[in-house]
Amino acid sequence: MTTDELTAPGARPGPGAGAPDGALLAINNIEVIYDDVILVLRGLSLSVPEGQIVALLGSNGAGKSTTLKAVSGLLPSEQGEVSSGSITFNGQDITRMDAPERVRQGLSLCMEGRHVFPHLTVAENLSAGGYTKNGSISSQLDFVYEFFPKLHDMRTRTAGFLSGGEQQMLAIGRALMAEPKLLMLDEPSLGLAPLLVEEIFATIGRLNAETGLTVLVIEQNAQTALSVAHHGYIMEQGRIMLEDEARALAENPDVKEFYLGIGGDGKKSYRDVKHYKRRKRWL
Amino acid sequence: MSTFITLVIFGLSEGAILALAALGFVLIYKATGVINFAQGEFLLMGAYTFYTAWVIFQLPLIVALIIGIVIAVIVGGVVERFILRPMVGQSHISIIMVTIGLAGLLSALVQMFYGTQPRAMPALFPTNSVSVLGGAVPANRLWVLLIAAIVLTLLTLFFQKSKHGIAMRAVADDQQAAMTVGISVRRVFAMSWGLAAISALIAGILLADVTAVEMNIVSFGLLVFPVVILGGLDSVPGTIVGGLTIGLLTAFVSGYLDPGLAEVIPYIVLVLILLVRPYGVFGEKRIERV
Repeated sequence: MTTDELTAPGARPGPGAGAPDGALLAINNIEVIYDDVILVLRGLSLSVPEGQIVALLGSNGAGKSTTLKAVSGLLPSEQGEVSSGSITFNGQDITRMDAPERVRQGLSLCMEGRHVFPHLTVAENLSAGGYTKNGSISSQLDFVYEFFPKLHDMRTRTAGFLSGGEQQMLAIGRALMAEPKLLMLDEPSLGLAPLLVEEIFATIGRLNAETGLTVLVIEQNAQTALSVAHHGYIMEQGRIMLEDEARALAENPDVKEFYLGIGGDGKKSYRDVKHYKRRKRWL
Repeated sequence: MSTFITLVIFGLSEGAILALAALGFVLIYKATGVINFAQGEFLLMGAYTFYTAWVIFQLPLIVALIIGIVIAVIVGGVVERFILRPMVGQSHISIIMVTIGLAGLLSALVQMFYGTQPRAMPALFPTNSVSVLGGAVPANRLWVLLIAAIVLTLLTLFFQKSKHGIAMRAVADDQQAAMTVGISVRRVFAMSWGLAAISALIAGILLADVTAVEMNIVSFGLLVFPVVILGGLDSVPGTIVGGLTIGLLTAFVSGYLDPGLAEVIPYIVLVLILLVRPYGVFGEKRIERV
């Protein structure tokens, strides 16, 4: 192994730096600190162009969820804060805006692990999703029911008793009730069977294609995510290491090897596995 | 048979007042996780503010009621904002201590201004005796039952149907998720304290009407604990059933056995429930899925 191999893929200068014009969401070089001491994001930049699906990939602890929490304003509830950098959404600086106001501006987050309101019915969950809407929410409700006919059939059921896949649909439907401009999804595939994962991502693709909804999705399941996304970012240790068009990322030999678990040269011995792990860190 | 009917009406009316008082407690616990030991003092304060506006200042009934509601909401809001919000993240025991301190403060304030003498309030409702299924019942008990039932129904509808009621339940279920749909958790906290103070106010007024405006209202407020333990701390229907059960039980024990025992019986129930079903008879089972 040469030093070239060690540094090759991530060495492109400043991926994502400087938001291109027309980006709906632009994160500019933010740092996030928890509890005043734990630095989680170290100068992260990314942008989400309007009408696209952008996938944010990376291993556990890379800071993907923290990124979405920073965008949706949930950090203060976890003793976290954006200590430098800025986040602009729809041309407006939202770095210090409180969470409810961000929802009103059109940013919706589906949290990791679904987080439906377990003791509320499906219909009540959806109407809670429309909380920021003044006036009638019935047209939006019709839209969600049309998109997820199954939710309509289950509207009087208690959300806590739905299956994982149904809860994920409900969580997405609930987020849609606020009529978001940007929908952020934190690991929608968590704990779901492969077939359901396909279905969820097909739904995300359909939402984007039919309504032009912009989507930023975090995923462990890189292959599935890249199959519907237009653009992808790969994170490691609080920074963006690589970004490219989704198709190019899926073809990238390093990504193939490190995230998709395909490619490489057949079976490897344990020694190679150790070597593989070392190579996986680009930093 | 006629004694039985009388006892049922007495028990139900007292139970309905209890349910109202306990509902305020449950509201606060559900939404904010705070165990409010000052709920009895909220009743006391409600009764005294209403008494002051209606009897001392001779204001019309409806104006006195509105003033009572406004003051209740202000006190609830101030308590939330300046006493409990700074306590966020503190241990349960510290928060309980703070509410016990608040209870002492509120009842001391009332004593300071009004003394300890019970004060008679002019009857809000007719007090003549009416016959219900052969039992003699004071009419005001029926009125109390009716008013409490209306208020409880309105509150239940509020939680089931209104946007803010659903938002309050959403916050009780999952605060972070509530934030992601744009619900202001702070506003919901303030709303819970305000609503709790209003239901305590109404309970306090109704209680003062059938008894008197006096410090004993606090010990009635203490009955909230057997009620909520029986109903399961976080269940609104459980609270209503719990209130009525405790009310009926004390009425029957006092009528058929011994009035002294009736004072104790709710607490005997409390201990038994804690031994047998610690999450209450109607406590919401935690729904957990991964």
